[in-house]
Parts: sequence; structure tokens; C-alpha cells
Amino acid sequence: MLEIKGLHAEVVGREILRGLDLQVKAGEVHAIMGPNGSGKSTLAQVLAGRDTYAVTAGTVRYLGQDLLELSPEDRARAGVFLAFQYPVEIPGVSNNYFLRTALNAVRKYQGQEELDAVDFLALVQKKMKLLHMDDALMKRAVNEGFSGGEKKRNEIFQMAVLEPKLAILDETDSGLDIDALKMVAEGVNALRDPERAVLLVTHYQRLLNYIVPDYVHVLSGGRIVKSGGKELALELEDKGYGWLGEPDLVDAGAAGRRGA
Amino acid sequence: MPLFGLKDATTGVFASYMARFAGQDPRPAWLHELRQQAFARFSDMGFPSHRDEGWRQTNVAPIAGSVFEPQPPLPAAELVRRVRALDLPGVDWRPEACRLVFVNGYFAPGLSSTAAPAGCKVGSLAERFAADGSELRAHLDHEDERRQPFVALNASFLSDGAVIEIAPRAVVAAPISILYLTTGTVEHKGCSHPRTVVLAGAESEVSIIETCAGFAGEVYFTNAVTSFEIGDNARVEYTRIEQESLAAYHVSKLRSRQGRDSRFTAHSISLGGGLVRNNVHAILDGEGTECVLNGLFALDGAQHVDNSTVLDHARPLGTSREYYKGVLDGKAVGVFNGRIIVREDAQHTDAIQSNKNLLLSDSAATISTQPQLEIYADDVRCTHGATVGQLDAQALFYLRSRGMGLEESRKLLIYAFAADVLSRVGNPELRAELEKLLWRKWAE
Repeated sequence: MLEIKGLHAEVVGREILRGLDLQVKAGEVHAIMGPNGSGKSTLAQVLAGRDTYAVTAGTVRYLGQDLLELSPEDRARAGVFLAFQYPVEIPGVSNNYFLRTALNAVRKYQGQEELDAVDFLALVQKKMKLLHMDDALMKRAVNEGFSGGEKKRNEIFQMAVLEPKLAILDETDSGLDIDALKMVAEGVNALRDPERAVLLVTHYQRLLNYIVPDYVHVLSGGRIVKSGGKELALELEDKGYGWLGEPDLVDAGAAGRRGA
Repeated sequence: MPLFGLKDATTGVFASYMARFAGQDPRPAWLHELRQQAFARFSDMGFPSHRDEGWRQTNVAPIAGSVFEPQPPLPAAELVRRVRALDLPGVDWRPEACRLVFVNGYFAPGLSSTAAPAGCKVGSLAERFAADGSELRAHLDHEDERRQPFVALNASFLSDGAVIEIAPRAVVAAPISILYLTTGTVEHKGCSHPRTVVLAGAESEVSIIETCAGFAGEVYFTNAVTSFEIGDNARVEYTRIEQESLAAYHVSKLRSRQGRDSRFTAHSISLGGGLVRNNVHAILDGEGTECVLNGLFALDGAQHVDNSTVLDHARPLGTSREYYKGVLDGKAVGVFNGRIIVREDAQHTDAIQSNKNLLLSDSAATISTQPQLEIYADDVRCTHGATVGQLDAQALFYLRSRGMGLEESRKLLIYAFAADVLSRVGNPELRAELEKLLWRKWAE
């Protein structure tokens, strides 16, 4: 589904991704771990099409298409979803309008019929129930005045409504209490499907107790330096990053343990 | 030095004012005297120039240099059709509505509906002047406005306008709407000097909507003066919608004087006009008054819109809130001058002023925003803040990352920024109509 080869990306002249390779097949859940500054969030943002990052080399194929050629909106319409590390507040735009417009843009692109207000409401109510969310949310402005946890839950709620093919969660677990974390995990697990894939970018092992990944990758210095099964996450939890012998990771070892 | 004074009496422009002045009906005598005094003051002052305090950023030379002419009347049926086609929010065409329509400064009974709600007296000033009307004199000639050239000019040609009187304790449920329509062409520029007088009795409640508009591309000058006298404990909402032609000049003055414990909310929605100057002087002249000035100006192309407001706290325990937002595109120029005066007697004043601006084009549009606090009392709270920014790149990316197109996302963010101003409009029908107007402007 997703094939990243030799990806290099920079922000204001500073190279952050330095030859990243990754392959994700439909139905798989991949966890990307690594210390601060290793390029985790950059990877997530580059995949979603944020233009503050310049891709200088490499390719990204998504469902047979050149992903880097697509505008951010076309990536979303083609089924890529990024749950933001820091969801943006948009005063004056209601969740209801925002989400319905977004969903219909996606549906139109995929050749499906657009939903009218009634059908949309029914869908939204179903998803809200699934994620134990309050109806009042739909009338509120997008993320305005939300707590950190509410914003993250709203990301998962949007994901549940948009039903992406490739969901990228950028540190969605950071700063969540255990109840909110379980809810996020529930939302992701409900989306798991042989046709979909999930990329979990995380700093902490804790999330992986609730969303069990098929693969775990360690990102360091803008490259994947180690890949393994779910047991790799436990090993990292135990030993930190230092044992991997990567020069960039020696200092980060302590950070890894503190984070866990 | 004024752009013209009596010395220029021989020039075409001043001669045109002289001729129009001389052509007026000298009755009733008191009104004629009022006009003569006003015209003498105007002739003495002339139009303000960019050297005059308060006019440095707005050059009215195009107004000062133009000859404005009386307009031929339009056939009634055509006028009705064209006016209704403007689809102006706040102008209620339902037969039961109370609506005063003026064309080129004169009352148009055929377009109006003066079925006044209970407790209200509504009509044209011309009607009142025909039966003398000298009881209105004090409300047509305020000492503090005598040195204001555009008010003096308006008074020089005072002959018609709207007068609305609300009896004490009357609660008027439906809004009363006033429309000032002005016409004109490039060859024969039109002009109107409409006057609005609202007298709200003690403990009354009313909502007034004043619209100034014209047809697309027409060239004219509207010089509107509005006065509110608000009784003790009255609740008054006033919505001013400026939708002039983009080739038109528009100058307005709003003066409000509030009695104790009253509340006055004035919305100013400025969308049209090529050269626009809106002056506001809100006088909190009783203890415990509350005044809200809520404004939006949305400009594009070569528009120049200047909002100069004065919140005048004259008595203790007054609260004022001023929220103005600007959206500027193209090569537009916006000016916001917000002056707050807290007089010696106005202890425990609580004033907050905010002016937020969104610049859409890369560098061509400009905004000048200036707060001015003059505080003569020692126990007050006064805060002000101004921002100038562009569309939030993160918000834009966020919307796009969910599948919304770039243009659609931009428009939605602009709309949301502007529509925030409308959240303070109390009347839900009017708010919905204005939201629709902004939605059409940006999001559709």
C-alpha cells in the first residue's frame, strides 16, 4: 500500500529525513518509534503533504500512485489521514460543517454519493457512540477551547468518520490519560481491516499495549535503523535506544527510558 | 487650509453647493435658520484635508473636487424591481414590516411601509417639517458636532430623513428598517444627505437597521448623519449596513447619547463604497451604561475604508466593548482609529477595545490601526489590542489534510474570521441574513 524509498526531506535547509525506507502492506499496523528529533513527525507531515517540508530525494508510492505528486487534499481524498500531534483550533467553523464537507469531498473523489444532512447525522451518531463522545461536540467550533485530550479524541473521531485507507497517527498518545488512551486505541482497532493500514508514530511504548503492531521500526537520524516485531517495542522499553549502537542514539538512550 | 472655503466661491464645485443651497424651500423658518448657520460653518471650514487631525489617513479630495447633481427620478416600477434585486439583508419587504425607504435623500412612500408597531411613531422628517417640527430641533443640531464639516454639510441640506420615536416602556419586537438608496452616473454624480433621528424613551426596547446602498457601478456621494437619544434603562440595538456601489463615496456620522443603565449595541458592517469614512461618537452619559461597538469592514480592489470611533465615558460605572474586524484584499486600504475618552467623573469605567485584521493579498493591501486612550479618571480599567495577520497556514493545512480544497479552505477561514463579528447581532433573522451575505461573498 505504501512504499517509501530513500526519502530525504528538509525544513528551512536542515535535512531531517536522510534516506528513509519503509514498506507497509494493507492490513498491517506499523509503529514508528524513536527519540525526539529523529524525524518521526517530519515523516508524518511529509506523507500528509505539509509544504513547509521539502522533499529533496526519494519516492513515495501509495496504492500505485506517486503520493508526493498529490496535493494535501487529494491525498486525503485518496484515503490518507493524518491525526495531528497538535490539532489546530479553527474558530468559527463548526465540527459539523467541517466534517461533512470533508467527508463529502472524500466521497466525491472516490466516486461515492455525497451524504445529505440526515444521512450524515446518522453516521456521525453511530461513530460518536462508538467513541463515547458527546453530541454537543458537533456544534462547537473545530477544536476551539478543547483540552489536549479532547483534541486528540476529536482527531480519532474524524478518522472514524472519514474511514481512511492509510491512517497516520502522529503521537496521538502523547499527553493522554489512560482512559483517553484506551478510547484512542478502541478507535484505531475498530478501523483495523484487511484493506487498511495504520502507521503509529509514538514516543512511548504504552500505546502499543492497546494497539498491538505487526511491525516496530526505530527511526534515528532520519533513517530506519532497526525493524522488528512487536517484541522490539518491549526491548526498547527495557533497554532504551543506546544498545542499537547508532551514534545518534547513544545520547538518546536515557531519553528513551525516561519516556517509557 | 481647507480644500475650499468662501474664497473658492467662484469655482464650479462650491458654486454647485451654493446653487443647491439657494434652491431650498425656506420653510419652516427655524429649519431654514439652522441650515443657514450650518452652511456658513461649512463654508468657513471647507472639507477636511489630510493636514487636519483625524483625517491624515483619509483623503477626501475626490469628494471635495466633485460636483454632485440632483438625479432624475426613476420610474417607480423599475425602481422597485432594481432595489429588490439588490437583495439587501435587513431590509424587510414583507407587508407587515415597518420600513422607511429614501431615494436620493427623499422619502419614497411607494417603497415604504410605515405601519408603526405599538408604542412607536415612525415617519419622514419632511412630513414633520411640513407641520413645523421644531420640537425636533435639539436633536438635529448638536453643539459637539458643529465643527464637523460633513455634519455641517448634511445640516446645510437637511430636508428629509427618518424619525423614529419609541414611547417610554414600549418594547418593539420586530426591527424597524431604513434604507437610503442613492443613484448617480459618471457624468452626473448623485448625492444624498440623509438624516436619521431615533428617540428611545426610558425603559424602551427597539432594534433599528439602517442600510445605505446603491446600484453596482453608480457614482454618488452619501453623507449620512444619525443620532440616537437613548433614555434611562432602554435597550437599543442598531445595525448599520453599508453596501454602496464600489464607485461611491460614503461618509457617515453616528452620535449616540445614553441615559443611565441603558444599553446600546451598534453594529457597523461596511462592505461597499470606494471611499468610505465612518465616524462614531458614543456618549455614555449616565451611570451604569453599557455600550457595544461591533464592526466589520471587508475590502477589496482599491477600496479605502476608515472607521474612526470615539467612546466617550462621561459618567461613572460605564462599560464599553469595542470589537472591530477588518478583512482586506487587493490594494485596499483600511484605517481604524479607536479613541476612548474617560472623563474625570467616569470612575469605575470598564472599557475593552479590540481591532483584528486579516490581510489577504501578499503585500498590496494595507491597514492602519491606532488606539487612542485619554483617561482623566484614576480608577478605571481600559484595555486595547490590535492584530494584523494573514490566514493561518496551519489551519489551512489542517482543513486540506481532511480533503477540503485549497480555495474552499481559504474561503471558509476568511468567512469564519468575519462571521465572528455577527455572533453579537441579537436578532436571529438579521444575523442569518448577514451570515448568508458573507457566505456568498467568500465561501460560495
